Amino acid sequence: MHRVTVVKPLPRTARAYIVCAALGAGACALPALLPPSPTPWATAGLLAALYALCELPARRRLLGRSAGGSVPVGTGPFSPVLLAAALLLPPAAAALTALPGGLLARVDEPPARWRRTWRTAATALAVWAAARTAAALGAPAAALPHALLPALGAALAFCLVLAALDGSIRATADGLPPRAAWRGLLARALAPHLVHGLAGLMMAVLWRSPHGPAAALLVLLPMYLSCWVFAQYHHERAAHQATIRALVQAVDIKDSYTRGHSERVGHASVLIARELGMDGDRLDTVRFAGILHDVGKLGVPTRVLRKDGPLTPEERRVIELHPEYGHEMVRGIGFLGEARAAVLHHHERIDGTGYPYGLRGEEIPECARVVAVADAFDAMTSTRSYSRARPVATALAELERCAGSHFDPRMVAALARALDRWGWRTAVTADEAGTPVPEPRTPGPLAPQPKEPA
Amino acid sequence: MRPGAATVGAVRAAALLLGAAGLAATLWHGLAEPGNALAFGTLIALGELARRGAGHPEALRGSEPAPVAAAAALAYALLGADAGAPTTHGVLQTTAVVCAGGLAGIVPHVARGRARGDDRGPDPDHLARRVLTVGFAALCFQPLYNAGALTGPLGTGAPYVLFLLLVLVLTGLCDAVLAALLLRARTSYPYGPLLRDELRALLGIGSAVCATGVVMALGVAAAGLWALPVLAVPLLLTQVSYRRYAAVRTVNRQTIASLARATEIAGCTPPGHARRVAALATAVGRELGLGGSELTVLEYAALMHDIGQLSLVDPVPGGATAPLPAEDQRRIALLGGEVVRMTGVPAAVAQVVERQADPYREQPLPARIVRTVNAYDDLAGEGAGAALEALETLRLGTARDHHPEVVAGLARVLARDGLPGVTSVPTG
Repeated sequence: MHRVTVVKPLPRTARAYIVCAALGAGACALPALLPPSPTPWATAGLLAALYALCELPARRRLLGRSAGGSVPVGTGPFSPVLLAAALLLPPAAAALTALPGGLLARVDEPPARWRRTWRTAATALAVWAAARTAAALGAPAAALPHALLPALGAALAFCLVLAALDGSIRATADGLPPRAAWRGLLARALAPHLVHGLAGLMMAVLWRSPHGPAAALLVLLPMYLSCWVFAQYHHERAAHQATIRALVQAVDIKDSYTRGHSERVGHASVLIARELGMDGDRLDTVRFAGILHDVGKLGVPTRVLRKDGPLTPEERRVIELHPEYGHEMVRGIGFLGEARAAVLHHHERIDGTGYPYGLRGEEIPECARVVAVADAFDAMTSTRSYSRARPVATALAELERCAGSHFDPRMVAALARALDRWGWRTAVTADEAGTPVPEPRTPGPLAPQPKEPA
Repeated sequence: MRPGAATVGAVRAAALLLGAAGLAATLWHGLAEPGNALAFGTLIALGELARRGAGHPEALRGSEPAPVAAAAALAYALLGADAGAPTTHGVLQTTAVVCAGGLAGIVPHVARGRARGDDRGPDPDHLARRVLTVGFAALCFQPLYNAGALTGPLGTGAPYVLFLLLVLVLTGLCDAVLAALLLRARTSYPYGPLLRDELRALLGIGSAVCATGVVMALGVAAAGLWALPVLAVPLLLTQVSYRRYAAVRTVNRQTIASLARATEIAGCTPPGHARRVAALATAVGRELGLGGSELTVLEYAALMHDIGQLSLVDPVPGGATAPLPAEDQRRIALLGGEVVRMTGVPAAVAQVVERQADPYREQPLPARIVRTVNAYDDLAGEGAGAALEALETLRLGTARDHHPEVVAGLARVLARDGLPGVTSVPTG
């Protein structure tokens, strides 16, 4: 939430903005220190110390260790402390409690001083706004059903102010257009903040009860765990993406000509699918179908895959088994859903002359028809052992020629529209990491009997 | 009779007895504070209703499938006052409410489970554990509180909270001991590592459940029953996060298993080899005292131990690397480590895969286990006679290739699984 993506040299306007925010935060907190202040120092001091104590190790060790540092942790696990302060203290004192924790918290990226200042100021302003809202909506000290309204109002105000400030500093520091800077900030933060508002309310209630602050402390444990689990979730998700990539790279080990092919087919499949109006989960399914369509090549002997000359009918038969091998491999991966059918059927043709089952027309799963077009398109526009890369226009013309016999005309038309709109960079290969695509070993005459574009 | 059946039977009988006694006593004496009983019973029932499916047993082992219900049950056991007015419900009423709420929440699952055969049905052992641990917590707290022996000397401030925490820690320990006991009875794994796993799980989601239970009890004491829904919401958030985490973990495991099957489909290894080696290696690891994340590393490494063969232009005959010269084995192991490093699994997995062909004195324990179990599976094939011979070959190899303790552990696991003729006593 407080993560601000500031580029290296901070623009002057951004510095001025941060200074303004800091001055504003100071102005909010100042009345607490002035002589006629009604600040209950015991409560304020305890809450400030608690928040500082929470912030100090959290980002360094417990959350950071497994998260690898780059994981969005969502709202910090300790915002209930601040929300409880907003409910328990007058606005100025509440803003004051956020200061020590904010100044002591660790900041990972430079410029650290500016970032720390900004974070502290933004948090203090948000807490101040939350406390004002709570006071305006009713007595925060009321009994429980009546205290719900001020508590949720305070959480809402906290969240709104933080989102607004974060968006504006992004716009100022990164030079983003305001709409891009604010996109999704509020939607992501709202639900967790409302839940934290409930936790903060419970902290405030317990703090005031005969059980005292010790009981209030216990509320933090579930919140902390929830954030920890959330970080673990992101960690595991990244691991899963890497595993899928490894599956694809294992194919590259056997057949290095097709390096990058899988990723590009995934990309082209998504282009087609988006043009057809698919979205969300279905788009993901199509992307995985494209990425994994050739995974069955792991089952084809390396000698046959790497053969340069013409294939014997026997070898051809072996290669044509790869959709079935692929299906056999991925059938245990539950979340792939329809993508598994696409792996099995991506060499079927509309007129029923494809393999493995010779399905025709609508019998072929939609996903498989998308992948078939994307696969053929990328095979034609990239260099293979048996052919040089062809220009995009030639490849499209060839696809259109075969539409209706080999390919679904809807998919071909969708690809043409998408390429019109987005263009195609044939350089979108797996050599993003810097590994060069190997040259074909025999660049001589084309093989008389070209292999199926696979 | 299976060896652990007596333990399981005893635990279930104790829980049944406690629950029945609670219900009978409550029927006889009537409900004390029916409003509280109804509110907590409803929350327990709703929590059970929202319980998640079992999914992969390993991914969820040691975690609470119905955290809201567990927290509410614990809160009722530790409930001392309602909005400032002392309550009078005792141990027996607590168990009665927990039983009634739990059963009410389970009925729809049972009905649906019968209809669809899904895995969300309740586990009787789990219910027994719940009743017993909550009974234990109530026994620690309610008699003292109702006799006025708590609030008198301790007051209601920090010492009272500390006492509740102490009860909580004892309850957690009791639950972990019980869970490990039941698991031991069902699987006959060694008790020590199981208990360690359970205690570790207690530090995870278990502590959130326990803390919420205490906060609920204190919250109701301070602010009345409104505290229940207010506190159930954050716990639900934790549950949702945890469920998503478990789901993506399961998917990752499935993907790794697919990657492992690649060698079988490529004809490098016999069908089911990776899966068998993974299952047997995990069992041996458990036998030798590994637990938690060490077991995960071992399982992943065992699944992918042959992946280096994908890099070979010609497959190894029969896929068995055990009879190959040591140099070739080591080369394949290094190639495999490269592939494993590309996946998102912990780096320790790649190290195990790389070092699986080293002499055992230079290997870490997981690599020793993978090496020995892989050799066993390569040599044994089908049939009990071959298994015996394979084990004999491994025992002869304990000078250089196989660690004697790992071979002995393997023999114990095989003997327990009922492989005829295999004894756990090493010969020779």
